[in-house]
Amino acid sequence: MYRATIGSRTYSFSDLKTLLAKATPLRSGDQLAGLVAATGEERVAAQFALADTPLTTFLSEAVVPYESCEVTRLIVDTHDKAAFAPVAHLTVGGFRDWLLADEATAPVLAALAPGITPEMAAAVVKISRLQDLMVMAAKCSVVTRFRNTIGLPGRLSVRLQPNHPTDDARGIAASILDGLLLGSGDAVIGINPATDSPERTHALLSMLDEIRAKLEIPTQSCVLAHVTTTLELIGKGSPVDLVFQSIAGTQSANKSFGIDLALLREARDAALALKRGTVGDNVMYFETGQGSALSANAHHGVDQQTLEARAYAVARAFKPLLVNTVVGFIGPEYLYDGKQIARAGLEDHFCGKLLGLPMGVDVCYTNHAEADQDDADALLALLVAAGVTFVMGVPGADDVMLGYQSTSFHDALAMRDLYGRKPAPEFEAWLAKQGLIDSANRIRPGELPSRFRALLPPA
Amino acid sequence: MTKSPEKLEGAALWVNLRKLTAARIGLKRAGASLATQALLEFQLAHARARDAVHAPLDIARLNDDLAPLGLPVVDVASAAADKQTYLMRPDLGRQLAEGAAAKLKPHAGGYDVVFVVSDGLSAGAVQIHAAPVLAAVLSELQKQSWRIAPFVMARHGRVAIGDAIAAALGASCAVVLIGERPGLSAPDSMGAYLTWQPSAQTTDAERNCISNIRPDGIGYADAAFKLTHLLAAMRARRLSGVALKDLSDRLLIGGSSGGG
Repeated sequence: MYRATIGSRTYSFSDLKTLLAKATPLRSGDQLAGLVAATGEERVAAQFALADTPLTTFLSEAVVPYESCEVTRLIVDTHDKAAFAPVAHLTVGGFRDWLLADEATAPVLAALAPGITPEMAAAVVKISRLQDLMVMAAKCSVVTRFRNTIGLPGRLSVRLQPNHPTDDARGIAASILDGLLLGSGDAVIGINPATDSPERTHALLSMLDEIRAKLEIPTQSCVLAHVTTTLELIGKGSPVDLVFQSIAGTQSANKSFGIDLALLREARDAALALKRGTVGDNVMYFETGQGSALSANAHHGVDQQTLEARAYAVARAFKPLLVNTVVGFIGPEYLYDGKQIARAGLEDHFCGKLLGLPMGVDVCYTNHAEADQDDADALLALLVAAGVTFVMGVPGADDVMLGYQSTSFHDALAMRDLYGRKPAPEFEAWLAKQGLIDSANRIRPGELPSRFRALLPPA
Repeated sequence: MTKSPEKLEGAALWVNLRKLTAARIGLKRAGASLATQALLEFQLAHARARDAVHAPLDIARLNDDLAPLGLPVVDVASAAADKQTYLMRPDLGRQLAEGAAAKLKPHAGGYDVVFVVSDGLSAGAVQIHAAPVLAAVLSELQKQSWRIAPFVMARHGRVAIGDAIAAALGASCAVVLIGERPGLSAPDSMGAYLTWQPSAQTTDAERNCISNIRPDGIGYADAAFKLTHLLAAMRARRLSGVALKDLSDRLLIGGSSGGG
């Protein structure tokens, strides 16, 4: 039982997951799940009680039972006690202060990461403002490598997302051309296929690999098919750089995605065996998003932000190149408006970074959410200021296959200019070699580079 | 002020490439940012999509459009009282409002299929596309002697509201025509969800879906063809969902109704 007294009234919370849920800043998904505090005062009372909770509590009380959830077992069994030691004496509130203090530098935080559980990170989120989430995340440094180096200080990478409603190869190539000219694609060139058939996925993988090889682009490609499809194609010799999969924070939610930890391990091993990375071997690409567990009716009475942080425990077990929270995709029943989406984006980015992940954010919204381009601009700017590893590059911010708005090649370019962020160094050198960087060191396409003609349809 | 365009922009290159994709490629820039025309075109598309989400279903007009098809039309609502509740509470959109059962009861009987029309996330989509698709489907089903229940218009309904309606009317199968989530390029797309013997325990894996019904997507004739094909397969095999593959594409390709 957890308690906080506000004036003459004492609030009590029966267990840790209830305390975490009631302390969570309001969002529609938790309302839908019936987990929110009854009043504003009860929410702050829960935050006071949470701030006084020792971090060691999180090692003894699971929010989803150990016996029935392999994600809980992963979190508990891989917890690094030695890494945890520097903060073992702290409460959640004390931990927040510790993270904000000047002594918590990038190397200190990197050493701490294996000692932090997702629920500890989530607890700090509940008692932090957006500014805190930005300041703490900006101090974390996470660098990953495959054919280039992602996450170095002063860098902002972009996933080039050239989706097409019918997976038309020429239409996809046209979007890739546009994105490369505007400096997108250093995180990955990644297609969401319209249908998840092995034949289709193989065709797209082959096309991407051909383009990358012809243009000698120092980047990686990915077709975001189900892991079982990708695994099957690896066996048949398709050119797979990265294995993609959507993941969630409970075993039951992952089951609804058709995956478990053993399958992810098998897929990673298969991709590693291909040895296609040139500067590193981070071969996994994961996507997540608050609300996915509730949507699969697999939330176990835990709030959606805590469950999202637990998905990062799944991710970090597989040393990914990229992790992307698709923050506004799922709809207003989980994140109602631009304000809720912005907070969730910064929460996810912070939790991922603290746990040691290369966090990107798909800053996005659907047309039935109370959000527009101004909301997307605000969140994107806050994330770049917070050191987000990568964002999406979609032609004109309009994904014509998935039917939602993300960030555009232009958005990424404007942010790189505004904050002085550069692409991954190998990719930046390639852009310069193609003549796409001007004398003021800005990405500004002039003439079409000759070898880009490989992307044009045959005349 | 118009800046002199980049050499790449405005070139015939992009005019040709835009024929290959609806994606917003080759947009004019001002510095790193979008030039004014492209910015306003995006704003217009978003405004239209937002308007589509919030536009109310014109029940009287839909009633008039369905009347010539010769079946009674029953008008019910979900338990989501307004659009905001509908957006935030998917559970309420799946349930019938109080009083809806009483409206359906006089029509209860033994039917092979009930067609439900719901505004969903785009009232405009069903307002425009439901009647022509139903007209085409009905003429075919009547030839095959299907027993067809009265049409049901369901305000603020989710797909699963068809389960309760089919149960109340005693229909073996539910077809829910519903406004899909509007995209920037398609604010008025209709979906059709088919469920064999729907019940409170039905999951989405037990439904078949025809998505993107609109003249620029899957046209009326093709949608009607797919619908009647799936309905016949469903009745023959007594199941729906992932176990029932939509093989109508094979028939459409090379068939008389063409591709799109």
